[in-house]
Amino acid sequence: MDTLTKTIDAHEIRPPVTSVGVIGWIRANLFNSVFNSILSVVTLFFLWKTVPPLVQWAFIDSAWMTNSQACQQGAGACWSIVTSNLRFILFGFYPQELQWRPLAAMLMLFGLLFYSRDRKHWSKALGYGWIIGLALMGILMTGGIFGLTHVESTQWGGLPLTLLLAVFGLTAAYPLGVILALGRRSKMPAVKIMSILYIELIRGVPLISLLFMSSIILPLFLPEGITINKILRAQVAIILFTAAYIAEVVRGGLQGISRGQYEAAESLGLNYYLTMRRIILPQALKIVIPPTVSILISAFKDTSLVAIIALFDILRTTQTVLSNPQWMGFSREAYVFIGLLYFLGCFSMSNYSRKLEKELSTGR
Amino acid sequence: MNTEAKTEAVSNPGLGSMIEITDLHKWFGEFHVLQGINLTVQKQERIVVCGPSGSGKSTLIRCINRLEEHQKGRIVVDGIELTNNIKNIEKVRAEVGMVFQHFNLFPHLSILDNLTLGPLWVRKIPKKQAEEAAMHYLEKVHIAEQAKKYPGQLSGGQQQRVAIARSLCMNPKVMLFDEPTSALDPEMIKEVLDVMIDLAREGMTMIVVTHEMGFAKSVAHRVLFMDYGKIVEGNTPEEFFSHPRHERTKLFLSQILH
Repeated sequence: MDTLTKTIDAHEIRPPVTSVGVIGWIRANLFNSVFNSILSVVTLFFLWKTVPPLVQWAFIDSAWMTNSQACQQGAGACWSIVTSNLRFILFGFYPQELQWRPLAAMLMLFGLLFYSRDRKHWSKALGYGWIIGLALMGILMTGGIFGLTHVESTQWGGLPLTLLLAVFGLTAAYPLGVILALGRRSKMPAVKIMSILYIELIRGVPLISLLFMSSIILPLFLPEGITINKILRAQVAIILFTAAYIAEVVRGGLQGISRGQYEAAESLGLNYYLTMRRIILPQALKIVIPPTVSILISAFKDTSLVAIIALFDILRTTQTVLSNPQWMGFSREAYVFIGLLYFLGCFSMSNYSRKLEKELSTGR
Repeated sequence: MNTEAKTEAVSNPGLGSMIEITDLHKWFGEFHVLQGINLTVQKQERIVVCGPSGSGKSTLIRCINRLEEHQKGRIVVDGIELTNNIKNIEKVRAEVGMVFQHFNLFPHLSILDNLTLGPLWVRKIPKKQAEEAAMHYLEKVHIAEQAKKYPGQLSGGQQQRVAIARSLCMNPKVMLFDEPTSALDPEMIKEVLDVMIDLAREGMTMIVVTHEMGFAKSVAHRVLFMDYGKIVEGNTPEEFFSHPRHERTKLFLSQILH
């Protein structure tokens, strides 16, 4: 019998309890060094001080469906400001009895957007679906035909207005931005100079000033009697503004494509349009998805600036509710609510861009 | 010193010239990169161009398909003169295929799509036909099983073979190779050279810039040596390697393995 080896019992030897499971994770991640330990303790203390009172305020003591008097007396959050004024916050001055129309239009929009998420669904049929859907949405909002009462666009407001400005703004700004980026890189001097001028002028002013100009100064230049719809003016300002930023981001992407790609395309006999459409832009636009989505998310939130020119988007309707003496003082709750709405929108865009990037990566 | 290329008889005389270059000059700014090139390439002729870096050999072949613009002299490809006329440039590019040192495959398209892009959109060939032709050429370069993959998933040698197939899909009359194996690991060089030798056997007119002298010896009709923008010397491979005439040629040959 070999005296140097010893057979050990074949039962399973488990690792010590302090190195696996929950305790193990805590040790490894929260307390693995002096600095981290202190940080963890400080953070836990901070959470202990803030989370329970927050939960108390937001959920336990809160009022959800009461009137404003009960809210004043209560100590918790007054979500009733949202629930009592929900229709005004969401729809603005749109006639109460007709609010099913903007609601239907929004549901249609969400449906189309959701269906368009999957690139496999992209086809000519979907394109036609969008055109018809948009037309229907327009009819629902405006009315005037098919027995629907006419509703002036001055009465449009709330979430439909925000979505309208955002969806049209972003989808028009993107191709315009790409064209500007290509123009800026063009060898034709006129095109190049015009593109540079556009981009630098627009980037040099805040969106607010563009909105002011479109809503106050532009009408001064128009001939007597001709007015352009205010929403349209704001929409154009948003499109022009966002396009300038997209242009610069796309230009960065174009610069990142190696000369070899252009040369290979040229050697195959592809002309400028084909080279851009089939070779260069697919690669460049893919690379700049992250900064592009940042710009689009910003633009989505910037639609709130139209409050300045008296368009009643969701921010302005909320502010209007708050100016009501009954509900004054509950701005926290109101802004948390629309903050959540904006967050939902922005997070969906962000999420989708991640999904898109993953789909498009071809093992480069 | 006689700096004109010595043109020897080609194995198939009488087919006519494919490329005629007369007194070609090119400057990059102040740098005179091509200094009076005279070259005639017959149909089905195979030429290897060698020389030190900076000698202008890549620039020369890139002028032939107008990737570079020449300032002086004439280039005529299959009867079409290369000028600023866009139509002529496009006609020439349709006849001239190019293979690059760094492959330049389109990374966002599958191998099959890389090959069918030109035929589909430039020659306007129907999709099914283009795909069949593409598969035929992929089989020819022994890479048909990779058709659905993406360039990023292939090795260098595989990518270069795909690049050759991609050029062949456009049915060119001339193939230009700009150091096709210089970016490859040694074990992959052979697979690419084998494909090029197959092409040569089928009678393709080829101009190859390379340092692979084994390849030159086995398939080239002529080997040209370029230095400082001029064709210093040109001869059949046998004569070129065994009896180089100029000092610069001898110096160059002594520095490379042949």
